[in-house]
Amino acid sequence: MIFSETWLREWVDPQIDTESLVHELTMAGLEVDSVEPAADSFSQVVVGDVTSCAPHPDAEKLTLCRVSTGQGDELQIVCGAPNVRAGMKSPVALVGARLPGDFRIREAKLRGVESQGMLCSEKELGLGEGADGIMELSDDAPIGADVREYLQLDDSIIDIDLTPNRGDCFSLLGIARETAVMSRLDLNWPTLAEVAPAAEDDFPIEVLAPGACPRFCGRVVRGIDPTAKTPQWMREKLRRSGLRPIHPVVDVTNLVMMELGQPLHGFDLGQLHEGIIVRFAKAGESLTLLDGRVVELDEDMLVIADHSGPRALAGIMGGENTGVSEATADVFFEGAFFSPDVISGRARRLGLHTDASLRFERGVDPEGQRRAVERATQLLTEIAGGHPGPLLEVVSEDELPRREPVTLRRDRLAKVMGTTVEDQEVERVLAALGMSTEKTDLGWTISPPSWRFDIAIEEDLIEEIARVHGYDSIPETPERGDVTFRPVTESRVPENRLPRCLMERGYQEVVTYSFVDTRIQSLLFPSASPISLDNPISSEMADMRVSLWPGLLNVLRQNLSRQQDRVRVFESGLRFELKGGEIRQLPTLGGLIAGPRYAEQWSAKADSCDYFDLKGDLEALFSLTGEPDRFRFEAAEHPALHPGQAARVFRGDGEAGWAGAVHPRILSSIGINIPAYLFELDVNIAFQSVVPEYRGISRFPAVRRDIAVLVDERIPSELLVKESYEGGGSLLREVRIFDVYRGERIDSGLKSIALGLILQETSRTLTDGEVDDIVSAVISRLERNLKAKIRD
Amino acid sequence: MGESTESPLAGRELLETGLREIEGSRTASDLDEVRVRYLGKKGLLTQQLKSLGALPAEQRPEAGQAINRAKKKLQESIDARKQFLQKAALDADIEAQAVDVTLPGRGQSPGGPHPVNRTMGRMEEIFRRAGFAVYSGPEIEDEFHNFEALNIPEQHPARAMHDTFYFPSGHLLRTHTSPVQIRAMHQDGVPIRMIAPGRVYRCDSDQTHTPMFHQVEGLVIDEGISFANLKAVLHGFLETFFERRVELRFRPSYFPFTEPSAEVDVSWGEGWLEVLGCGMVHPRVLEHVGVDAERYTGYAFGMGVERLAMLRYGVDDLRLFFDNDLRFLKQFC
Repeated sequence: MIFSETWLREWVDPQIDTESLVHELTMAGLEVDSVEPAADSFSQVVVGDVTSCAPHPDAEKLTLCRVSTGQGDELQIVCGAPNVRAGMKSPVALVGARLPGDFRIREAKLRGVESQGMLCSEKELGLGEGADGIMELSDDAPIGADVREYLQLDDSIIDIDLTPNRGDCFSLLGIARETAVMSRLDLNWPTLAEVAPAAEDDFPIEVLAPGACPRFCGRVVRGIDPTAKTPQWMREKLRRSGLRPIHPVVDVTNLVMMELGQPLHGFDLGQLHEGIIVRFAKAGESLTLLDGRVVELDEDMLVIADHSGPRALAGIMGGENTGVSEATADVFFEGAFFSPDVISGRARRLGLHTDASLRFERGVDPEGQRRAVERATQLLTEIAGGHPGPLLEVVSEDELPRREPVTLRRDRLAKVMGTTVEDQEVERVLAALGMSTEKTDLGWTISPPSWRFDIAIEEDLIEEIARVHGYDSIPETPERGDVTFRPVTESRVPENRLPRCLMERGYQEVVTYSFVDTRIQSLLFPSASPISLDNPISSEMADMRVSLWPGLLNVLRQNLSRQQDRVRVFESGLRFELKGGEIRQLPTLGGLIAGPRYAEQWSAKADSCDYFDLKGDLEALFSLTGEPDRFRFEAAEHPALHPGQAARVFRGDGEAGWAGAVHPRILSSIGINIPAYLFELDVNIAFQSVVPEYRGISRFPAVRRDIAVLVDERIPSELLVKESYEGGGSLLREVRIFDVYRGERIDSGLKSIALGLILQETSRTLTDGEVDDIVSAVISRLERNLKAKIRD
Repeated sequence: MGESTESPLAGRELLETGLREIEGSRTASDLDEVRVRYLGKKGLLTQQLKSLGALPAEQRPEAGQAINRAKKKLQESIDARKQFLQKAALDADIEAQAVDVTLPGRGQSPGGPHPVNRTMGRMEEIFRRAGFAVYSGPEIEDEFHNFEALNIPEQHPARAMHDTFYFPSGHLLRTHTSPVQIRAMHQDGVPIRMIAPGRVYRCDSDQTHTPMFHQVEGLVIDEGISFANLKAVLHGFLETFFERRVELRFRPSYFPFTEPSAEVDVSWGEGWLEVLGCGMVHPRVLEHVGVDAERYTGYAFGMGVERLAMLRYGVDDLRLFFDNDLRFLKQFC
């Protein structure tokens, strides 16, 4: 809602400056978004009277004007505007004047003729778009007066961001009411005289949808002057309300809408057939709107029709064929109350957003139609003459919104606010807001005024009292709560341990968008069925992520392009998938490493990180669960991963996630030229935790025996370890792999794995014989099951 | 060697040679060689002892004593030398082990949290300490939890203002963390003191809006909870968060799920900065979850995490948070 401060002050004029006024509005809940000067600065521009005009001797398009400014000699001014004529009044920039854009007026010769100033257009003064001619001031403008003062340009344009509940403030009247309440002043209503009919003109009005349109007011005005122009004061008020002057009839309806909040429509009466019918559209009907668009109407759209079909989209926009034009002589004003329910959503559906629909959607005063039509008639006849007919009204009293009385209890008010407000203050606030109040034992019964759609329950009134009385006057009171205990579980790894662990291991946390590029995601997960947005911002953010990997790879790519060659990042968040028609939102932890293992350092080789760096980090995470042995890595295939460096991660039988090198083809297709390693874990499966259970520590020494075995290269080392445990029995406490060798000294196709066997008995020291037996048992099992050969 | 003892077999000379050799030894093995040469089984002094038999009987005791004294002297000298050499070797080792302590250390240096999560974690901790439980909820929500239960019926103008991302199924990305209020009350009933931090989404992207951002929702429902309590809790939180005194300004505003509603500005330099929205829980919200709105009252608030992070850390461009430039992120260890 944009309006002029000066205009507001015509209605209510608190003795405070602009800054305080703005503060007061804001503290009333009408948040001021911006305050701008009404006009750019300019100086030495006065009202001039063009006393004579003569053609320029050397230039066809220029005119020599003599202009009186009421002081000294008349000025000779060369003017290029087509509309200049003797007898008109127009702003004159005197020699020495400074116009917007720091444009200085000097004495000059134009095609050999001296010019002592400039007659100005609206555009030159920064007052509007009108550049097709000089600005015409009204005949009674005082010659020589400073134009800034005459047009009251030292004004502020205030923009208020209205909340959806305050539709009543979409007008000067509404803003003025609030200002009056906050500054404890009365409202100065402008003269809203009823205009007596000058003719018997009637026009049939039929309302077929009284629920949608409980009140319809109309009025015929015949014989207006088609050449009439909208006066300067009205143009200025419209401009300062963010509206463009168009045609006197349109300007009048717009002005009244700004003033009283009631949208009006002016039809060219000559184009209406027989009478007005207010009804819902029929299937297949269409309408050409004022802006030239043709819209197909739905059956839930209310239209203003005549006997030939829909003529306007009720409460949203008029039709092109019945709009006023320069040829319009007879006008039909429409001022209706449409129920918000039948307007809301329709404009949006058609991609329209008009000042009228905005107001009807939020709710206009159901008692305001007559007043608005009277005001429009008054203004139009002042500007363009014409003979108004009687005010026509079709009203369905039963369908008008009913303002039920609302009870406000003194106790409840105090309970919600946390403080007591004196009865007298409550009553003052209610009265100032136009509520009629009746005192009861427990408080008050209140009938809200017709324009306050938002007052329906007790809380609405409590808010009004709190707001007007002032939130500042409510104290700060700390609560006293009972001591309550909430579960603190040890059955999962504490939430912040996982990120902490990764951070300590050099990972930086990132946060990427939950929606990702469809192309990249389908490259990594060709068979996934992502959940796509209906209305994405762009194709790069169109699908919900099925994995954190698209985001992490994007982070890598971006950072490599910014000369960050060593990247260790992780993210935790939801990933989304559709399984059996059900949306699954899975808490996930994912990470990526690429580049050198360590930051460049004098004593470390600049080795690239590899799969085992990643795996080491995962093992660190798994140790947080207290059950690291339950995790297992199994070679597997994944479309996003390198076929020789991909592992599926299990916790027991549960699929906990994936780890591996990114497939080289994928890297190159997204423009990454170094190897990268990814992991992703399902938090719910991977990070259950167990309550630690104490086991005795053996006081007897452990014995270690090392063996080296040759096995087929394809046998996973994990299997060797598993078989060793099987063979070694309960006294074999730990099996460590301490070397893996492939190369010249052994046959190709084989690898040598060195195992450290750690044996211990808790109640005594093992004898050499026992140790030898266990080691032989391990060896023979490896030989039998894995065709292993012992190396010497 | 204060005592003057004449060795009949040039003992004195032998002793002095031995002592010189001991002094001249440079390493533990040199020294051991000297020891063997003089004191070993076939050592010079051992041989002298063995050759005592060749002396006349009356000279033997004296000569024997002299040899034993010489042996003792040499042994003492060897022990002293040994200690000296050991110490010298250790000193030399220690000297060789000296490093340039100013060279950089080795290993991984820690990463850090994302600034938004760092901020959200801090907010969580402040509220936890004040007795709030932390809840979370789904990000793909339904209309009921995101709108209807929060008193935002279809066609409500507030819906249009939410710039919602929709899915073909009719589901949507939650536009605020408020639906978690509803889920929490459904699950655990009242009284309740909770916050719900998390990601939220609006279909809006420009200099000051990202299509995804973070909020922390708060809700307290109990008997006798008032607007005055809300003012106290927010003031307490903001002063704890910023670690300094701040003035608050509660401006009347509108949210469908609270009434009275307010936006809160915090004093910042010369002016005010909006930091959050709040209000008393609307009775219709309580009715939706089956709570007796006559008996219970409560407040709710919602804070933008990025906003608070920007103020706290002086970040001047919202979009930096989702750029994930390591040079930016590493500033928030």
